[in-house]
Amino acid sequence: MSEAVLELEGVSKNFGALKATDGVSLTLRRGEIHALIGPNGAGKSTLMGLIGGALRPDAGRVRLDGVDITRLDMAARARAGLGRSFQISSLIPAYTVRGNVLLALQARAGHVFRFVRPVARDRELGAQAARVLDRVGLSDRAAVPAAQLSHGERRMLEIAIAIAMEPRVFLLDEPMAGMGTEGARSLMRFLDGLRREAPILLVEHDMDAVFTLADRISVLTYGRLIATGTVAEIRADPAVRAAYLGEDQP
Amino acid sequence: MADARREWAVNAVLAALLLAVPVAALWLDEPFYITLAARVAILALAGVGLNLALGLGGMVSFGHAAFFGVGGYVAGIMASHAFSGQPMVFGLQGSNQMLVIWAVAMAITGVMAAGIGALSLRTSGVYFIMITLAFAQMVYFFALGWPAYGGDDGLPIFLRNQFPGLNTAQIWDLFLLCYGVLLVVLGLFAMLQHSRFGVALQAIRQNPTRAAAVGISPFGVRLVAFVLSGMITGLAGAMMADLTRFVSPSMLAWQMSGELIVIIILGGVGRLFGPVAGAGILVAFEVFFGGLTQHWQLWLGLVLLAVVLFARGGLIGLIAGPARHV
Repeated sequence: MSEAVLELEGVSKNFGALKATDGVSLTLRRGEIHALIGPNGAGKSTLMGLIGGALRPDAGRVRLDGVDITRLDMAARARAGLGRSFQISSLIPAYTVRGNVLLALQARAGHVFRFVRPVARDRELGAQAARVLDRVGLSDRAAVPAAQLSHGERRMLEIAIAIAMEPRVFLLDEPMAGMGTEGARSLMRFLDGLRREAPILLVEHDMDAVFTLADRISVLTYGRLIATGTVAEIRADPAVRAAYLGEDQP
Repeated sequence: MADARREWAVNAVLAALLLAVPVAALWLDEPFYITLAARVAILALAGVGLNLALGLGGMVSFGHAAFFGVGGYVAGIMASHAFSGQPMVFGLQGSNQMLVIWAVAMAITGVMAAGIGALSLRTSGVYFIMITLAFAQMVYFFALGWPAYGGDDGLPIFLRNQFPGLNTAQIWDLFLLCYGVLLVVLGLFAMLQHSRFGVALQAIRQNPTRAAAVGISPFGVRLVAFVLSGMITGLAGAMMADLTRFVSPSMLAWQMSGELIVIIILGGVGRLFGPVAGAGILVAFEVFFGGLTQHWQLWLGLVLLAVVLFARGGLIGLIAGPARHV
């Protein structure tokens, strides 16, 4: 249970004089949900960008299953096994729900340069897409263009796309953002089970969700990790309480 | 579903119309209209090429005249060498066989598109438009200053090149050839559009970050689409040279690139038969309003403005509704 699937070692990124990410080292272990929290502007999005490949670190290493992926771009990292959801839903608007999932499935199958067979008539991909949509509860919305989905449905489609990739690691950037209480609760139950398929690095503002789901928590302020530990350790850490949780927290 | 059937119907009507006009002209002994129909078919073919890059891939190339014109010059140069019997570069002989000329035209425009695409695709938006224009202008001025092949006078093709089994000197035979090639390429376009490659390409147009996040590198897919696009437009250029039996730098001029974009917009961006509709509208305007006034392009401009403001999907979009996707 303790081997690291994703490993960051001294990852740094500067924007001019601003140290957006400052020597961050963390691990994501098999079977765990590792939550990344921190106040606004702490550098969570930058760090997710550095892991996902949208940004290249100035220093440090990112390893996936022991393989150095620091120099790979976003698409190559995705193929290496990083499955991510975005803070602001990032979908193919004109494609149906099913089409969005098919895109991820065909990318995982690894044959983008296939020019003949129509995707829509590919039975195997179709069956896989149906299974994924069934899991996230979007089956009856399969034929609806993504642009017409409600906010909550878009969030679920983001998750569905990540699942379809069958990644080694999930990077979920505020998956519950803007979801209603009911939606957030069912998504929490879903993520609780998902960690058995691949470990999850979770950025989330909803502290109830973080404290319920996370096996470990890392706290980021001003681009630095000030603490990593279990829920109990983080709750008790005086530096964290001062920097982030505030005085009124238990 | 109704919309999908309606689009099929529109496509069938357009294909039938493009055949019916020259059939009627043949019957009425009006060869001018057969020439016009062949012109529509060839411009539509060039448009299909651009539609692959612009419509499916979202790459607004303002330099496709380079491929169109180079295709034309390949036909002109090879034909002139076949006519004179003098070898071309490296002792290669010219040819008056369309199949040979088409293969060479597509090979050369393909390589050109790979080079231009590899550099241009590092930019996007207005910069992409401008850099493709810049490349096309380079080719234009090169042709203008190349006296061996006519320079700004252009290059005539004294005898139309040949195609096995057809008498290309007959305009009806030539029309059938253009029409046949157009239908074949439309078939390939439709196949491409729905394949994994086409699905990836259209996804990249809408959201390149999402495509990258599922593991599809936008650059490679776009580049392949741009190359195929350039080759199709190059093929059309070679055929246009044979239709008019004349090649000149005007085929390479930026106005030609603009005309191809206008064709796509009028017909429907990214729609299978959009270029056919657009080329038909353009040529019809040129003939009918061109006969009434010198300023027919003003009226075309107004129609274009109306399409952009009120009917973004062009003629196909107006009739068949928005495009449907996977």
